[in-house]
Amino acid sequence: MDMALQSVPVPGVARDREQRNRTLRRFRIGDRTFRILTQGSAIAVLVLLAGVMLSLVHGSLPAWKAFGLDFFTSQSWNPVTEKFGAAPAIYGTLLTSFLAMLIGVPVSLGIAIFLTEICPERLRRPIGIAVELLAGIPSIIYGIWGLFVFAPWFQVHVQPLLIDAFANIPILNQLFAGPPYGIGMLTAGLILAIMVLPFITSITREVFETVPPVLKEAAYGIGCTRWEVMRRVVIPYTRVGIVGGVMLGLGRALGETMAVTFVIGNAHRIVTSILAPGTTISATIANEFTEAVGDLYTSSLVALGLILFFITFIVLAAARLMLMRIEKKAGS
Amino acid sequence: MRFMSYAAAASLAAALSVTAAQAADISGAGATFPYPIYAKWADAYKKETGIGLNYQSIGSGGGIKQIKAGTVTFGATDAPLTGDDLTSSGLAQFPMVMGGIVPVINLEGIKPGELVLDGPTLAKIFLGQITKWDDEAIKKLNPDAKLPSTAIAVVHRSDGSGTTYNFTYYLSAVSEDWKSKVGTEKAVEWPVGIGAKGNEGVANNVTQTKGSIGYVESAYAKQNKMTYTKMVNKDGKTVEPTSATFAAAASHADWSSVPGFGVILANQPGSDAWPMTAATWILVYKQPKDPVATAEALKFFGWAYKDGGKMAEELDYVPMPENVVSAVKKMWSSDIKTAMN
Repeated sequence: MDMALQSVPVPGVARDREQRNRTLRRFRIGDRTFRILTQGSAIAVLVLLAGVMLSLVHGSLPAWKAFGLDFFTSQSWNPVTEKFGAAPAIYGTLLTSFLAMLIGVPVSLGIAIFLTEICPERLRRPIGIAVELLAGIPSIIYGIWGLFVFAPWFQVHVQPLLIDAFANIPILNQLFAGPPYGIGMLTAGLILAIMVLPFITSITREVFETVPPVLKEAAYGIGCTRWEVMRRVVIPYTRVGIVGGVMLGLGRALGETMAVTFVIGNAHRIVTSILAPGTTISATIANEFTEAVGDLYTSSLVALGLILFFITFIVLAAARLMLMRIEKKAGS
Repeated sequence: MRFMSYAAAASLAAALSVTAAQAADISGAGATFPYPIYAKWADAYKKETGIGLNYQSIGSGGGIKQIKAGTVTFGATDAPLTGDDLTSSGLAQFPMVMGGIVPVINLEGIKPGELVLDGPTLAKIFLGQITKWDDEAIKKLNPDAKLPSTAIAVVHRSDGSGTTYNFTYYLSAVSEDWKSKVGTEKAVEWPVGIGAKGNEGVANNVTQTKGSIGYVESAYAKQNKMTYTKMVNKDGKTVEPTSATFAAAASHADWSSVPGFGVILANQPGSDAWPMTAATWILVYKQPKDPVATAEALKFFGWAYKDGGKMAEELDYVPMPENVVSAVKKMWSSDIKTAMN
C-alpha cells in the first residue's frame, strides 16, 4: 500500500513537470523566434545600408578613376566632352539647404512656441492640424505650385525690390544681383523652408510639451517674462529635441528632389548671386539619369549620389556629436 | 535618401518590363517625344486586332539600355545609333515618325510668326553672344519689327532629351563657334540661361519670363499658343513651322546615306524645308531571341505606316514619306529574322 501510495503520485509529478517543461520550452522557442526576427530586422538595415553603399561605390568607380579628386572641385558638367565635376551641384545643395534652414528654423520655432505657450486653446488644434497637413503634401505639388504660382509672383514683386534695395551695398549687391528670373537658388530655398517647416514644428512642439509645468510656473513665479521663460527654461530644457528636429528637417532639405528641380533653374554654374539659377545633386540626378548614355556619364551621376550619401551622413554624425556635447555639458 | 528611392523606382521599372516582355502584348521602351502618337496608335491597333502595346516612355537613353539588355521587344530613340553601334549590338534601326522643333519667344508687341531668325543668330543667342533683343543681327533679319532693348533670357531643357540633341545638332551645323564650344548631345553644357524640365517646363518658363527664348516641339508651341519664330533655312528662304515644311525637310533628305536611316533632319536642303525637323527611331534585334514577338511588333509598325498617318497629323507629327517606308520594309524582309520569313 505504502509503495502503491507513494508510487501513484510520482507519475503525476512527472507529468506535471513534463507539462511545465513543455510550456517552458514553448516559451523559449517563442522567445527565440521573436529574438531572431527582431535581430534579423536590425541586421537587414545594416545589410541594406552596406549594399547601397557598395553599389554606389562600385557604380561610381569609373568616374573616380577618370577625374579623381578634381571631381569635387571641377565646375564643368559637359556630357559632350564627358568632363564632369560636382562642384556646382554640391554648392547648390548646401546653399539651398542653408537658406531653407535660415528661414525655416526660426519660423518653425516661432510656430511651436506660439502653439504651446501663447495660443488660445480653441486655435491650437486647427493650427496644429494645418501644420501637419503641410507635411502631407507631396513634393511634386510644392514644385508645381512654386513654378506656376510662387516664382512668377516672386519675379515681379520681390526680386526687383531686393536687387534695387541692395544695389549700392557692397557684398550684398553681389548676393542679390539680377536679372530676376523668378526661379533660382533663393526660390528653391524658400520652397524648401516651407517643406521642412512641418517637420521641425511638430517635433519641437512635442518636446516643448515635455517641459514640466512646475519649472515654467516657478520661473513665472519669480517674475520672468514669457520671453525669459522660453529663452532660459524651455529651450535649454529641450535643446536636444530641437537639434534633432532641425537635423531631420535638414536631412529632408538636402535630399529633396522634385520641388527643387522645378524651381532652381537647373544650371551647372556657381554664381555669387542667390537669385541666379543653380542646381543640386538630387535635381541633377533626376534630370539626367534617364537619358545618360555612356559609362562615364552614368557613373558620374552615381558618384553624385555617393557624395549626397556622405553629406547626409556627415550631417547626421555632426548632429549626434553636437547632442553628445550638449548632454555632457548639461550633465557636468 | 531621394537617390535611393529613385534607384528603387528604376529597378522596379526594370522588373516590370521583364514581366511585360512575357505577356502577349508588344513591349517597348524609350523616347518620350513620340509617346503621345505611339499611345494613340496602340489604342486604335488594339481595337482592330486585340493586341496591345506596352510602351514605357522612359527616355531615349533608357530605351537603348532596355533593348540592349533584352528586356523589351523594341527600343525607341530620338538620337539615332551609329552604324558601328548597330553592327556591334546586332540591332536594326528605322525611323517611325517626325516632328519639328520650334524657337518660341516672349517679347512684347511681337505676334506668332512675326519674328524671323536664322541659324547663326540663334546660335549666338544661345551662346550668350547676343544679349539684347535690339541687337544688330536680329534687326537686320527683321527690319520692320519694333524690337525693344530687353535682355534676352535663354531657356533650355534641363533633362537629357532628343529635342536638345536635334536642336544642338542644328546649331553645330550652322555655327562653328557652337560646334567647338558646346557641341551636339542630348544634354550639353549650356553657356547661359536657365534649365527647365521637359517641353512643358520650357514652354511654361518662356510664357512667364519677359524677353525669353526657348525651343520646344511644335505640338507644344501650337497647343500653348506660343509666339514661335520663322527661320531662314539652308537655301536662304524664310519658312514657317508647319507640317508641310517638316515633310519637305524629310523628302529632301538622303535616307540611304546613313546606316540605320540615321539621318538627322536638321538643316536639310530645299527651299521649303524647315531647318529643325527631327525624326524618331525604333530599334529591334536582327536575330531576335523571340522572333514571334518581333514579328508582332513589326506588324504593328507596318500598320502604323499604312493607317497611322492621319492620327499622326492630328497630333502635329509628320508621317514618314512613301519612299522611306518602302525602303524600311525592304530592310525588314532582308535583315530581320522573324517568324514571318
